[in-house]
This record gives sequence, C-alpha cells and structure tokens, in this order.
Amino acid sequence: MGWYNKRLAKSLWVFHISGSPCNNCDIEILDLLTPRYDVERLGIKLVGSIRHADVLLVTGIFNQKIAPKIKKIYEQAPKPIFVVAVGTCVSSGCCFKESYNRVEKREEVIPIDMYVPGCPPKPESMIEAVAKLLGVLNG
Amino acid sequence: MIAWILFHLFVFPGMLFTGVLGLLVGWLDRKVSAWFQFRVGPPLFQNFNDFFKLLGKETIIVKSAVKSVFVVAPLAAFAVLTLIATIIGLALFYNEGFAGDMFVVMYLTMTFSVMVILGGSSTGNVYSSIGAGREMKLLLADELAFILVFLVPIVKSGYQVQFDQILAYQQNAGAIIGSPSGIIAFIVGILCIQAKMTLAPFHIPEAETELVDGPFMEYSGPLLAFWKLDHYMMYVIFPFLLVLLFLGGFNLTGIGILWSVLKYVGIVVVMIIIKNTNPRIRIDTALNFFWKYASPLAFIGVILAVLGV
Ligand code: SF4
Repeated sequence: MGWYNKRLAKSLWVFHISGSPCNNCDIEILDLLTPRYDVERLGIKLVGSIRHADVLLVTGIFNQKIAPKIKKIYEQAPKPIFVVAVGTCVSSGCCFKESYNRVEKREEVIPIDMYVPGCPPKPESMIEAVAKLLGVLNG
Repeated sequence: MIAWILFHLFVFPGMLFTGVLGLLVGWLDRKVSAWFQFRVGPPLFQNFNDFFKLLGKETIIVKSAVKSVFVVAPLAAFAVLTLIATIIGLALFYNEGFAGDMFVVMYLTMTFSVMVILGGSSTGNVYSSIGAGREMKLLLADELAFILVFLVPIVKSGYQVQFDQILAYQQNAGAIIGSPSGIIAFIVGILCIQAKMTLAPFHIPEAETELVDGPFMEYSGPLLAFWKLDHYMMYVIFPFLLVLLFLGGFNLTGIGILWSVLKYVGIVVVMIIIKNTNPRIRIDTALNFFWKYASPLAFIGVILAVLGV
C-alpha cells in the first residue's frame, strides 16, 4: 500500500468537529486555513461533508451530550480516517477537567491517532502535527 | 474500424485525453484562484493525487438511498461527458462530423444535469435534495440561452447543423466571433458555461457554506472521484465547444499550435477570473439574470445573425 499511502499523504481532506471546546481552538483551526498559512500547498482542504473526509479534527472535552454524536460522525466517515485531537482539552481536560458533564476518557469515544497539545495550539504546531502524520504515511 | 472507434472513445479525444487534460486544467484553476488570494496554491499533480486517493477509499452506500440510481448516476454522467468529448474532439482534431451532431451535444449536456439531479435526489438526504432542486432550477434558467447561443453559428454558416461544416465555413469566411452577433453569442455562451459547470457566481446547487456540496454530499470514495473527474472534464469540453463554434477551431501546424493553446487557455482564464471575482447569487437572481437579460441578449444576437450582421 506504499503507493496509495503516498497519494493519501498528498491529499488530506479535513473535516472539523467541535466537541464542546471553549471555541478558541476552533478559531485557531480557522486561522490555519486562511491564506497566510495556505495549507492547500500541502494538498489539505477543508470539506463540508464527513463522507469526503480523510482527517477528523476534534476539539474540546466531549460533554455527555455531544459524545454519542461524535461517535456517530466517526462511524459515518469512509475508512481510512485519521483523528487529530487539537488542544489540551482533548488530551487532559485542561481547565474543564473537573467539569460535571465531561466524558471521562475521550479515547473511548473514538480512537484518537494524534494529539496536538496547547491551549490553544498555534497554527504552526498544527502544521507540524500534520507533517508528522504525513511522515507516518510516507513510511 | 471498431478498433479506431474504441481508440477515439477511450484514448484520444475521448476518456483518457479529456480526463488527463481536465485534471491538469483543474490545477490551473486552483493555482490561479490561489494567486487571487495571495497564496501559493497546490502542486501540479494535486488533482491526480485527489483522484487516486478517492479511488482507494471506502464507498459508503447510504441506507436511505435508492441504491441503483445512487451508484449509476456518477458513472452515467461520466459516460455522457466522454461521449460529448469524443464528438467535439472528432470535429476539432479530425474534421469529422455527422448529421445533427450539434443536437446530440445539446441533449447530452442536458443529460449530464439530469444525472446530477438524479444522483442528488436518490440519496434521501435533505441537503442533497435541495441541491438537486436548485440544479433543476439552474438548468431551467440557462438552457434557453444556451440553445440560442448555438443558433448563432448555425444561422451564420448558412443553416448548417454539423460541426465540421461550421468549421469549414469559418475557414473560408473567418471566425464567427469577428461579427457583432458572434461577439454577443460568445459572451452569453461564457456565462451559460459558467452556469452549466456550476462555477461561481452560479455555484448555487453546490453552495459549500450552506448545502455542503449539495447533490454530492453523501457520495464517498470512487463514486465521489467520478463526480470530481466529471467536473474537471467539463473544463475541457465547454471551452473546446466555444473554440469550435466561435473561434474557428484549432490549427495544429507550426505557429498555429501556439495560437490554438492561447485560444483555449484564454477562455479558461476568463472563466476563472469570473469565478474568483463574483460572489454567489440567489437562485431567483440567477433565473432573473438568464431570463431577463442573457436570453434576450442572445436572441438579439440571433436576429442580427439572420440579418447578416
Ligand atoms: S485546549 Fe484551551 S483553547 Fe482549546 S478548547 Fe480547550 S480550553 Fe479552549
């Protein structure tokens, strides 16, 4: 599958879910997609429908209400799909770690392939994360 | 003979040539659009990577879909476009036509829109159905103007309905765009093409921000790849059609090659500029535009052509 993985690495289409974040990570993600960082030169494109996606960007602590929906969206995606978790919220809960409605273990809702720490992470570090994903795909 | 027909259909003016050229021109579109936004833009083979990637992904056939229509629509649309590309390419590169090939092309372009409507409405998704409905309204809007545009070269060339005879007329009497009626029809033609290809400002059925790709929303994997390829193939078919009808075809000897490439790229760049400088309009505005302004303008062109101007 080496040849196919190389094609996949050059054309990652991203779908973005916000799973109850403070919304700051989402704003940084939007920053990433602006002309300044121009991720289209790496073949990355934001798509509006989960059926077209290769990468799922998730943010936030996944509260009780949204966790089943995130699971459903993950199941609707055509495989192979990679999940990139943006922000400290997903990895440790950040400032919401004692919130009453959070999901205890987010990696039990959907399998997460990669964490990008930071509160919020800079667009540069998200690009670095994507570059690492590309490195894995290219072998 | 059979081998020759298959060659035309699958290799030279047909499937392979149009597909590859379409994906390359699709790159030109993305690159020029990127320049408009002060970006770098994607690498040259981006569209090929996208296409092969989609071919290898999982195909999800939606539970609520009418399965046969859902699967057949993109493939039938691809077949229709291959056929149009073959007919136009044969006329352009081999000077071959058959009686009434113009009408066949008119019908087939409409059939493509019908396939989009069928594919979109077969999924059972609300957004797709709205997209399919909008595609239908857009078809109603642009079809009259599109047919009137075809009428001008027909009248100018002395009521010939064959592509090769229109080309022959233009070789003797100069390109049709050289006359006032030709200029009018050419301008309306570019606008119609913009609507047929659902490029901005007429990307009403796809409307990424509200309908998330409209009719193509539920498609994934290879079926989506075919829809994308269909879209890029139209970047070849419709400019070729305009070159054929108004600019006197291609001349593939000596300096004529450069001139031919300039004609084609010129039309594509005009389309990309229109695409990047206009916001999306509402469906009623589009209907208004085509029925109140574009169609009467094309009609004036036809009258001028009948008067011999
Ligand atoms: S990681 Fe920080 S910035 Fe991002 S959603 Fe959580 S609290 Fe907000």
